[in-house]
Amino acid sequence: MPKTKTEAETETETPKMKPRPIVRLGIFLISHSLLVSVVCCTAGVLALLLLPLLAKNTYISENALMPGSASSMISNRDISEANRLANDLSDLNLEPQDTAAMESRRILTKYMSDLGAEVSYHKFHPKPNQFHPLHFFSGPDSTSTVENFSCSAYVVNTVGIIRAPRGDGKEAIVLVTPYKFGKSGLAETLSLSIAYTVFSLLSRVTWLAKDIVWFVADSQYGEYAPVEAWLRDYHTPVFTGLGTLNADTCVKIDDLYVLERKPIAQSKISDGFRRAGTMAAALILKVADRNELLEDTLTIYAEASNGQMPNLDLINAVNYLAVHRQGLRVKVEKFFTLLDSRWLEILGEIFELLGKVARSLNPGWKFGISAADYIEGSATLASSLYYQALGIPTGPHGAFRDFQVDAITLEISPKVSSHNKARHNEFLLRGGRLVEGVIRSINNLLEKFHQSFFLYLLTSPSKFVSVGVYMIAFALLVAPLPLVAASLYAEAYQLDLGVKNTKSTPTATASDALGITFRSWKWLYAAKEVFLIHVWGAAVLLLPYFICQVPNCSPTSSTVIWIFLSMLSLLIFYFIVGSPYTHVSISQPEKKGEWAILKSVTISAVFIGLLLMSVVNFATAEIGALLLVPMCLMAQPLKLDIKAGKLRSFLRAICNLVLAFVAFPPAAYFVVKTIFEGFDSINVGEFWNWMESLWAWNSATYIYMGMVHLPCWVLCLHVLLHSC
Amino acid sequence: MALPPRWTFLLHLLAILLLLSSTKTFGSATDTEAEEEEFHEELLLKPLPDRKVLAHFYFETGAPPSNSNGHHHHLFPKAISQLVQKFQIKEMELSFTQGRWNYERWGGFDTISSNYAKPPGVELWAVFDVPKEQVDASWKNLTHTLSGLFCASINFLESSTMYSAPDWSFRQASGSLRYGTLPREAVCTENLTPWLKLLPCRDKAGLSALLDRPSIYRSFYHSQQLHLTSKPSDLEGLNLGIVLEQTLTVVLDPSSQRTSLTHISESYLQPSWSLSSIFGRKVNGKCVLAKSSNVYLQLERGLVAELKKNENYGADYIASEGFDGETSFELSVNPDRVLKEENSRHGIGSSFLYEFSVEKYSNSKPFDLGLTWKFPVIWSCQQAPLHSSRFLMGSGNENGAIAISLKSTDLNDSSLGANGASDGCELHVNIFQVVPWYTRVYYHSLQLFVDDQPKAVGDFVEKMHVLPSKDKISPGMMEMVLKLPCGVKSAALTLEFDKGFLHIDEYPPDANQGFDIPSAAISFPDFHASMLFPRNDSLKKSPMLSKFQEKSHVLSYTEVLLVPLTTPDFSMPYNVITITCTVFALYFGSLLNVLRRRVGEEERLLKRKAAGKTGRLSELLSRLSAKLSGRSQEPAQSPSNSSSLINSKLLLKVLLVVAFAVAWQYYFI
Repeated sequence: MPKTKTEAETETETPKMKPRPIVRLGIFLISHSLLVSVVCCTAGVLALLLLPLLAKNTYISENALMPGSASSMISNRDISEANRLANDLSDLNLEPQDTAAMESRRILTKYMSDLGAEVSYHKFHPKPNQFHPLHFFSGPDSTSTVENFSCSAYVVNTVGIIRAPRGDGKEAIVLVTPYKFGKSGLAETLSLSIAYTVFSLLSRVTWLAKDIVWFVADSQYGEYAPVEAWLRDYHTPVFTGLGTLNADTCVKIDDLYVLERKPIAQSKISDGFRRAGTMAAALILKVADRNELLEDTLTIYAEASNGQMPNLDLINAVNYLAVHRQGLRVKVEKFFTLLDSRWLEILGEIFELLGKVARSLNPGWKFGISAADYIEGSATLASSLYYQALGIPTGPHGAFRDFQVDAITLEISPKVSSHNKARHNEFLLRGGRLVEGVIRSINNLLEKFHQSFFLYLLTSPSKFVSVGVYMIAFALLVAPLPLVAASLYAEAYQLDLGVKNTKSTPTATASDALGITFRSWKWLYAAKEVFLIHVWGAAVLLLPYFICQVPNCSPTSSTVIWIFLSMLSLLIFYFIVGSPYTHVSISQPEKKGEWAILKSVTISAVFIGLLLMSVVNFATAEIGALLLVPMCLMAQPLKLDIKAGKLRSFLRAICNLVLAFVAFPPAAYFVVKTIFEGFDSINVGEFWNWMESLWAWNSATYIYMGMVHLPCWVLCLHVLLHSC
Repeated sequence: MALPPRWTFLLHLLAILLLLSSTKTFGSATDTEAEEEEFHEELLLKPLPDRKVLAHFYFETGAPPSNSNGHHHHLFPKAISQLVQKFQIKEMELSFTQGRWNYERWGGFDTISSNYAKPPGVELWAVFDVPKEQVDASWKNLTHTLSGLFCASINFLESSTMYSAPDWSFRQASGSLRYGTLPREAVCTENLTPWLKLLPCRDKAGLSALLDRPSIYRSFYHSQQLHLTSKPSDLEGLNLGIVLEQTLTVVLDPSSQRTSLTHISESYLQPSWSLSSIFGRKVNGKCVLAKSSNVYLQLERGLVAELKKNENYGADYIASEGFDGETSFELSVNPDRVLKEENSRHGIGSSFLYEFSVEKYSNSKPFDLGLTWKFPVIWSCQQAPLHSSRFLMGSGNENGAIAISLKSTDLNDSSLGANGASDGCELHVNIFQVVPWYTRVYYHSLQLFVDDQPKAVGDFVEKMHVLPSKDKISPGMMEMVLKLPCGVKSAALTLEFDKGFLHIDEYPPDANQGFDIPSAAISFPDFHASMLFPRNDSLKKSPMLSKFQEKSHVLSYTEVLLVPLTTPDFSMPYNVITITCTVFALYFGSLLNVLRRRVGEEERLLKRKAAGKTGRLSELLSRLSAKLSGRSQEPAQSPSNSSSLINSKLLLKVLLVVAFAVAWQYYFI
């Protein structure tokens, strides 16, 4: 604020120079930072709560999709074929697992190649979860280290490709069905038969313009890993590694090929990797084990890693076809515990009332929704925010997003399962028609998905909040941070100026001038401390790498070790570097400003961190801002509050303590968990597992925790415990 | 042409007279000299292993180098001869293709797959007989002419970014060959009709009558080609002997309804077909202008071998006798002749050709060849020594890599034995690849993997010619001869590239689809696709069979690739304009402010004002301006005080405006 200083100086001799309006506005806001921050924060939280109200109905933006404009072509013959496949596969369940797996693969291959598809196997061995601090964010790396592995660890996926008869083979649509070869359940077989129904139809249609890849993922080691491995081999093949993989003397795999050659198959099954152009979109088809009470239900999972979403048009097309053509009930994930929360209901009723009032004033205003809708919407929104913030894909579709392919998981759950044949066939027909319709829509696309939104939150399958709306809540929440930082900074300096003005005598010496320059650089010490704490945060992030090396470590003990090591390293930091304030001898009034400057620099750092994070993963930044912003703004040394002894300052101290507790990452995790799941399921080890999943999935949230959230929390604690 | 009717009548008369006289003269001339314009029509049918049928139409029109008729022709299309004369074309090939040739299932070693399997879209190459510096100009004119002739966007090949001049890998023609492809060109009847117009009988009579549009365009692959060869016969080189080959290769699915898979044995039975079932038409006699009109049915080597095995045929049985004894299939028409391939090199077996002459059929007795299978036969086509595929590596909008992978097929081992070579044997592979400039290929990043081992490029590359791309000027071109050991199992080439940015008006309307990298051509100069038939008089009469006898390199095309490039958000020009304008306004505004401002001057002005020596008018003005800007007049107030004062006033005003707005909203809307 050098400007204010010059103003103050010139004030005495000349009439005040008019500062420019933008500067005046800034000064005005900074001088009222308390009011502004209270208003902005409340508005930010309110805007977040209003989001379900502001959600728009989805619409299909890309005209070329034309969902549902063609009538479905799936016939009963496709279904009976699929049933035959399902029967053949389920007959194998009696046999021992190994032979059953091999036999079922063979049957599947035979069925696929009978349809005229090109069939190939994709082999890989699942990689163990290893924390590589250097591989973080490096994306899908091709440096797969082939260690010695056992033959049983092989996973064999089956890939069938239908070449579009008149297409040029530049693009492909991928259909994925996870299937446990050898130990499959009823639901998985059902999903396989739906996919087969569609596949058999697509093998003889004439309208196909893109190749169809049916990828049957061997899901015995999870659903994500095979898809990811296949995609990696598809996009970044390793030319040298293949030899070692193929030359492997795994008898079982070789058996498979021997078996293949025996029957008079029309086309040879190649062990080579088969490709089909650039992927336009991918659908992961699953049938849920659970049964719905009322009707067939379709659940859409869309969140990929780091809160990336597929193009909204894909969800729209699926939703449109499922609701308007197949009569399925479409759901997206939501927090069921929020559904019967009392405060949300009250809030919903208030909003409903407000909407009614508004409508009575002007019938054109239609922003009110019913309380039930509001609760539903906010439960969905909360889960949408949470899963995006977590940065962990909610299904195998996440692997596709890493390669810029739009993908969603469709989980169909049938109505109460009956062994009624007609009912079973009808379910197959519905599922098949849905998938057929979606594939036909994507097939219509000339260009890749680009028309609709990529940044959005869903409040229901047919309602969304776009980035332009939900950014407001975040912006309001973050806006007070720079203001408060500036006002704290200015406050600290005005304190200095006041001191200077009182002894404004002609005897102001050179030493005094030196002191001024010295003090004006005082914030550097605070900045240094903030920087060091951030370095410490990065060190804490790397600790799990070493903890992982400890053998036989339960999650609980890992958590304890982690926390202990973190605290130890913090202490060591303090001892080595020392408190920054020991370097300068400080007079008493300056000491007063010291914590203010530290707080100001902390707030600036948090502001920058949150803004950066909002670019990487918006949802994380939003939730982080909800936790951090009040804590940062409120933080004030407890000593001061206690000294003051007033009720107001006492309340502030309590607030500070509560906020500081809630913002501590493990505490936040457990608080959220108790809110949603109750007290019984609390276990310290869970936090470790949770963090482990974060780094295992390369989530940016993990970095955010270490680089923004934790340092900020420590610094705020430092301010709270400041001795002034 | 708006000629009066009488004139047209006279013209007709004249034309008829001319025609009569010319035919007379030609008729008399045939005995003495063979210099006559000839037209041949032929059709080759071939069952394919995956239950499909290949139909290969072959029309050849030849114009001898004679100037007896001046610029006029008897049979030969004038448009083509003018084209050849004008641009001095030595050889030219134009193909329109839809669908992909399936090298694995439909064969990759025979003449048809090497010569008539083309990449999707349009491919054009031409060799000119002009000085080197005029080649580009001729090419550009030629593209425009062809574009008009065939109703296609061949004129886009005019731009120098679209064509290249391969030296030796594609075809031996130093300097005067130009090659260009349009992978995205859609092929339809509007391209077929002008092509048919070049035939003397169009599609009204003869074999071309079979060309039923719906059945052709329902096919799995169809490629319509035009091949021109001209030979200067006399020394002046003015009169050119031109041979125009027009071919149409179609792969059709005879089984309109897929047989039920419930009976496995039946499902493997090849579908039976006839000309009328696959084309929906029959042949009502030959085109009267055609010199020969034949239909051939080819049974390829693998099929014949399989048949022999199944039926315990004596090898001589088929060769010597006919078909009465056929048990595994039945032909509805007895062939006029059976040709057996002389297999000099391949130890696999020899293919058979059944010849049917259409001449004896007429309207009352149409020709309808049918083939009925009785027993399931499974065979496979002969493959090229290495199966090639090309794909993109990497993801994202920044960079990527092109990989060409070559995998050995079963044929390799047998041909190796046939070649009789042992350890020192080498397999040469020519690779010709054109890459558009917006994928900036780094040729130094070429990596070679042979049998899954990284190898030094120099050890395996015999010859390489690289022409790096120039931005917006020319595409990158790579020609390469790989020298692989015969027993090679697999080889792979990778080339890294960066994705470039296009200028806003260079984007096509469907920019978000991505951009095409045309097919690479991979040929095997050591292997020749040809069928040798016993020398016979009748063979000379059939230009298609003589074409089959010619030795040609085994050639295959790889897939077209689709590279997604970064595209601007075309749908939001408004936003772009707004943001740019805002940024510019802010930037220039503040810059102007800084430049214009004089701090000293302002201070002096303020001082003078404080001294109170201002005129009445200016004082009034300043007061007015102060009122307007809503600032308090008192200059002596402290900043915080004044700001709070402003605050209350401002708040009041804002409240007033809000109240007004609400009232307006409520009462007037």
